Amino acid sequence: MKALLVCEYRDGKLLESSYELFAFADKLNAEKVALVIGNDANVPAFGGKVYLADVSKYGEYNPDIHKKLVLEVVNKENPDVIVLVHTSYGWDLAPRLAASLKAAQLSEVVNIVDGGFELSCLNGKMRRIVAPKTDKKVITIQSGAFTPQAPLSGTPEVIKLDLSLESGNIEFLGYEVAEKTGVDLSKAEIIVSAGRGIGKKDNMPIIEALAKALGGEVGATRPVVDAGWLEQSRQVGITGQTVSPKLYIACGISGAVQHIAGMKKSDFVVAINKDKDAPIGEVADVLVVADILQFVPALTEKLSK
Amino acid sequence: MKILVCIKQIPDMESKFKINAEGDWFNETDVSFWMNEYDEYAVEQSIQLKEQLGNEPDVTVLSIGPDRVVESIKKALAMGCDRGVHIKDDEAFRKDPAQIASIIYEFAKDKGFDIIFTGMQSQDRGSAQVGVLLAEMLGYSCVTTVVNFAYDNGVINAKRELEGGIKSLVKTKTPAVITCQLGLNTPRYPTLPNIMKAKKKELITLNVADLLKQEAVAKTEKFYYPEKKGVGMVIEGDLAAMVDQLISVLKEKTTVVK
Ligand SMILES: Cc1cc2nc3c(=O)[nH]c(=O)nc-3n(C[C@H](O)[C@H](O)[C@H](O)COP(=O)(O)OP(=O)(O)OC[C@H]3O[C@@H](n4cnc5c(N)ncnc54)[C@H](O)[C@@H]3O)c2cc1C
Ligand SMILES: Nc1ncnc2c1ncn2[C@@H]1O[C@H](COP(=O)(O)O)[C@@H](O)[C@H]1O
Repeated sequence: MKALLVCEYRDGKLLESSYELFAFADKLNAEKVALVIGNDANVPAFGGKVYLADVSKYGEYNPDIHKKLVLEVVNKENPDVIVLVHTSYGWDLAPRLAASLKAAQLSEVVNIVDGGFELSCLNGKMRRIVAPKTDKKVITIQSGAFTPQAPLSGTPEVIKLDLSLESGNIEFLGYEVAEKTGVDLSKAEIIVSAGRGIGKKDNMPIIEALAKALGGEVGATRPVVDAGWLEQSRQVGITGQTVSPKLYIACGISGAVQHIAGMKKSDFVVAINKDKDAPIGEVADVLVVADILQFVPALTEKLSK
Repeated sequence: MKILVCIKQIPDMESKFKINAEGDWFNETDVSFWMNEYDEYAVEQSIQLKEQLGNEPDVTVLSIGPDRVVESIKKALAMGCDRGVHIKDDEAFRKDPAQIASIIYEFAKDKGFDIIFTGMQSQDRGSAQVGVLLAEMLGYSCVTTVVNFAYDNGVINAKRELEGGIKSLVKTKTPAVITCQLGLNTPRYPTLPNIMKAKKKELITLNVADLLKQEAVAKTEKFYYPEKKGVGMVIEGDLAAMVDQLISVLKEKTTVVK
C-alpha cells in the first residue's frame, strides 16, 4: 500500500497538522510519499520522497492548480490512497481529486479499526466503518485524531515539480486576519461556556452569574456567537479561541469536534446537559444530567452563599 | 438568473439513536427530522440574492429523500424559494456522497443554473463532499466554506473561513457552486402569510430511479456506538443533591473552587 500525503502549507509555513498525515500512514502500514506546495525551507524531514512545488510560482491555495499538482504526482507514483487533513484545505481539495480520479472519498476518518476506516457521525454520537469500493481512495483525516508518536527524522529525497498551469476560475485575493479584540480567554483559569442549550439571549445572565460567582470568564460555542448572544472573541473552538483553564464548565453544549478541539486541554471539565448521551460526556470529568436553566442558577446560588 | 439550492433533512442530534435491523444506520421511529443547519444558510442566501436582483432570479429548492423531506422543502418555499423538487428516495441514507451528487447532476445538467447553493456539510454525516463533487461534474467553479457572499454582474466575491480566525478572499465567475458555512447570514423565519403562499407553489416529485446513474463507491459496513472513553462521573437526580455533589467534587478535584 502506498500513501500520497498532501501536506498543507499556508503563508510561508508548513502547518503542524500535516505531521498527522505521517502518523496516519504509519498506522496504515503504508509506504509514504509527500507533496508539499511550499518552499525548500519547509520540507518535512522524513526519509522518503517529497515532491516540492514552489509556492512562489503557484501561489497560495488555488483549487485548480493544487488539484493538477496532486494529479501529476498521482500519475507518477500511482498511490493507493491520497490523504489530506480534514481542514478548510482538505475538505475543499479532496472531493475535487476524488471526482477527477473517480475514486471513493472518505471524509474525516478518526481511526483505523481492524483494517477498516472508522468515521464519526451524528455529531459524534455514533461511529461507522466505511469500505471504499474503488482501487484508489481519497481520505481526509480528522484533525487531532492521529497524533505523531515521534518527530519525523531522515533526509528526504526532494523532487521538484515544474509544470505550467493555468490558474483556473478561482482567483485568490488575500487573507483577512481577525483583529485581536476583546477578551483573551487563553489565560483564564475558569471558563463557563454557554451552548445553544441556553435557548435565547435573555437567558445569558444565568451563565454570566455563574462565571461571576466563580471568578471566571464567559465563553461560548459558535451558534451562540453566530446568533449574536455573545461577542465573537468569546467563541471557543477551531474557528475561535483555544483555551486551557483549570476548570471548564460546558452548559448546554453538545460537544462537536470543532468545539472540543478548542477546550480539550482544560484540566477539569464539567458538562451540564439534559442529554446523557451528548458527546461532550466523552471529554467531561463530570457530566451533570440536568436542565441548565434550573441547575445553573441553583449552583450559582449555593456558591454565592 | 436561475438558482438551485440543495437541502438535506437530518435527524435531531439529541435523539437516542437505535441501530436498524441491517446494522448500517439508525431506526427512524421516534426520531424528528429537520433541515440541515448549513442548508438554512444556503436557502437564505439564495433568497437574499433574489431580492438583491429585484426578484428576477428563479429559485429552485431540491431535496433527495423519503416523503418526510417535503416538510423541509415547504419550509424553504415559505422562506421564499419559488419551486420545490422532491427526488423521492427511501434509501437515500444508503447512498454515498458521489451518488447524491450524481443524482443532483442528472437533474441539473441541462437546466443552466447560474448559481447553486449547498451547505458546507450535512450534520449527520459531515462528509462535506456533495457540493464540490456536483461542481466538478458540472464543470462549475466552486467556493467552499463561505461566510461572506457578494454578487455583482456575474462575478462572485466570497470569503472562505479557514482555521484560527483567518479568512481567504476569493473571486470567481458564474456558473458556480457555493457551499455555505454557519454564520453566513441570518436565516429568516417563515411568516404565516408566506407559509400560506408557499402552499400554492409548484412542487415537482421525481423518482430517484430515473436519475441514478452512478454505482456506489463506498459502503457502510458497521454502525455502532463509540466506546465510552473517559469514564467520567455522572451526576443525576434531585436538583439540590446534584448541586451539593458537584460542589464537593469541584472542591476536591480542582484548586480553583474553595
Ligand atoms: C468548519 C467549522 C468550524 C467550526 N468552528 C467551531 C468553533 O470554533 N466553535 C464551536 O463551538 N463550534 C464550531 N463549529 C460548529 C460545531 O460543529 C457545532 O455546530 C457547535 O459547536 C454546536 O454548538 P452547541 O453545542 O452550542 O449546539 P448544539 O450542538 O445544538 O447542542 C446543544 C446542546 O444543548 C443541550 N441542551 C439543550 N437544551 C438544554 C437545557 N435546557 N439544559 C441542558 N442542556 C440542554 C442539548 O442536549 C445539546 O447537547 C464549527 C463548524 C464547522 C463546520
Ligand atoms: N439528500 C440530499 N438532498 C439534497 N441535497 C443534499 C443531500 N445530501 C447532501 N446534500 C447537499 O450537500 C451538502 C453537503 O452534504 P455532505 O456532502 O453530505 O456533507 C448539504 O449541505 C446539502 O446542501
